[in-house]
Amino acid sequence: MIWSKEETLTRQEIEEIQLTRLKETVNRVWEKVPAYRKKMEEAGVRPEHIETLRDLAKLPFITKQDMRDNYPFGLFAVPKEELVRIHASSGTTGKPTVVGYTRRDLAMWTECVSRIAVMGGAAKEDVAQICFGYGMFTGALGLHYGLENIGATMVPSSTGNSEKQIMYMKDFGTTLLVATPSYALRLAEVAYQMGIDPKKDLQVKIGLVGSELLTEAMRAEMHKLWGDDMLVTSNYGMSELMGPGVSGECRYMDGMHINEDYFIPEIIDPKTGEVLPPGEKGELVITCIYKEGLPLIRYRTKDVTRLIYEPCKCGRTTCRMENLDGRTDDMLKIRGVNVFPSQIEEVILGVEEIGPHYEIILTRKDHTDRMEIRVELLKATDSYRELEAVEKKIKSRLRVMLGLDARISLESPNTLQRFEGKAKRVRDLREGI
Amino acid sequence: MFIKQLSVFIENREGRLEEVLQALKDSAVNIVSLSLADTCEYGLLRLLVTNPEAGQEALKGAGFSAMLTNVLAIRLSHQVGKLQELLQAICGENINIEYMYALSTGKDDASIVLKASDLRKAADALAAKGVEIVTSEEIQAM
Repeated sequence: MIWSKEETLTRQEIEEIQLTRLKETVNRVWEKVPAYRKKMEEAGVRPEHIETLRDLAKLPFITKQDMRDNYPFGLFAVPKEELVRIHASSGTTGKPTVVGYTRRDLAMWTECVSRIAVMGGAAKEDVAQICFGYGMFTGALGLHYGLENIGATMVPSSTGNSEKQIMYMKDFGTTLLVATPSYALRLAEVAYQMGIDPKKDLQVKIGLVGSELLTEAMRAEMHKLWGDDMLVTSNYGMSELMGPGVSGECRYMDGMHINEDYFIPEIIDPKTGEVLPPGEKGELVITCIYKEGLPLIRYRTKDVTRLIYEPCKCGRTTCRMENLDGRTDDMLKIRGVNVFPSQIEEVILGVEEIGPHYEIILTRKDHTDRMEIRVELLKATDSYRELEAVEKKIKSRLRVMLGLDARISLESPNTLQRFEGKAKRVRDLREGI
Repeated sequence: MFIKQLSVFIENREGRLEEVLQALKDSAVNIVSLSLADTCEYGLLRLLVTNPEAGQEALKGAGFSAMLTNVLAIRLSHQVGKLQELLQAICGENINIEYMYALSTGKDDASIVLKASDLRKAADALAAKGVEIVTSEEIQAM
């Protein structure tokens, strides 16, 4: 099923909507947001220079730093009394980034999430359990309103108390789970510990996972624990742009459909800022063209992907963004090699003797980076030889994947920390040179 | 004829061994004999206990990776050269010994626990020599 007719427009129709809305948005920020006008003046561009969609490239980028510099409301395009909701990022580094919504913004958000939920298989009959933390984080409330809008029965269980989460699933007949991929795996683990087999004793058949990367290895692990018939799709968004609902996967799982009547995607070379031709991989830049409260223009997401414009088998004509490899700011540089934690995850999930949880610890000694990876041994053994073989297997696969050596630390099951929100799997303890 | 040995994976970290012992104590499983090697990162703790199944359950419940392995327990008299004779019998059959450790039966003997590449063949070779094998019933009663 397709939720809205806007998802099946012709390219020409989409672009007409985009151009009209882009012009309106640029005019509005020029009038209402001094910080934007200043940036545009510095770049030598005025609203009347935007005549075609290609002219978007003339506009300056907005980064997370701009949001911090204008903390809390400096980039908002409406007076505060027009706002009906405020959310904020966790702000682990420095001030949080604050986002605000007008009534129309919330309606748009709900519409966007309804679309991606339906794409991921959700319907009115579903009992949807949201295992994201409710609060300042956009994930929970965003998914909540979007799913409620399509008529699903909402179970706003939030995070924490995993045993109770499983009890709700069983007693309420939850069919749809919203969580980070790592928390979804954790919940399955808890169910097994309680003597409940998620495949047989629970009815969860849809997983809408987000807020963290969903790698193919992670998806396979989800199927292993929750059942092969579970439809596990990823969706994408970030609070700066709105929250979840910017894009999502349909059941063909060949990239995430972008809600293009609300967002214009571009791919740039992260070093030069040049726009790359369609199909090339680079940093995703998003322009919000229908938001009133905080209409970010050319926001640098730091996410690396490529855009696919061919129509999808599902019937939607919207542009898709390939599932992410990682964020440019998640990328680790180890002994000069670029490493995405998702690459390490892929190796770990492929080794059946160990569990899906891991921790990467980076240290530096004698000017050399050292990487240690802690994993949990699931397979019981009576043989040192077998333990060594497991270590060797992980090491050699990492060497093939990354060209790097790592120390592998085997641990007992359930020793590594579990995460209910975004998993923090990297500890970078490198100091000095 | 074989005895079920409890094998537990433990990280080489303060307090881990104690946690294993606590779990066994809580489920009233008595330890008859044990072996633990001095290694860097982790070790395998091997235990003969009065109730291996209950011990394994208790350890799994406490989050340990634990399994049961078949081993042979052999009663030897306290005499010079006895162990050597016994090994000769096993090695003569081209059987590899993977590990062995002492078993205290509380009597005046020098018993051992051993794991071999082919446990059945090792047991047969020893039986042919007239070696006395300790049964799991005996272990349970210890």
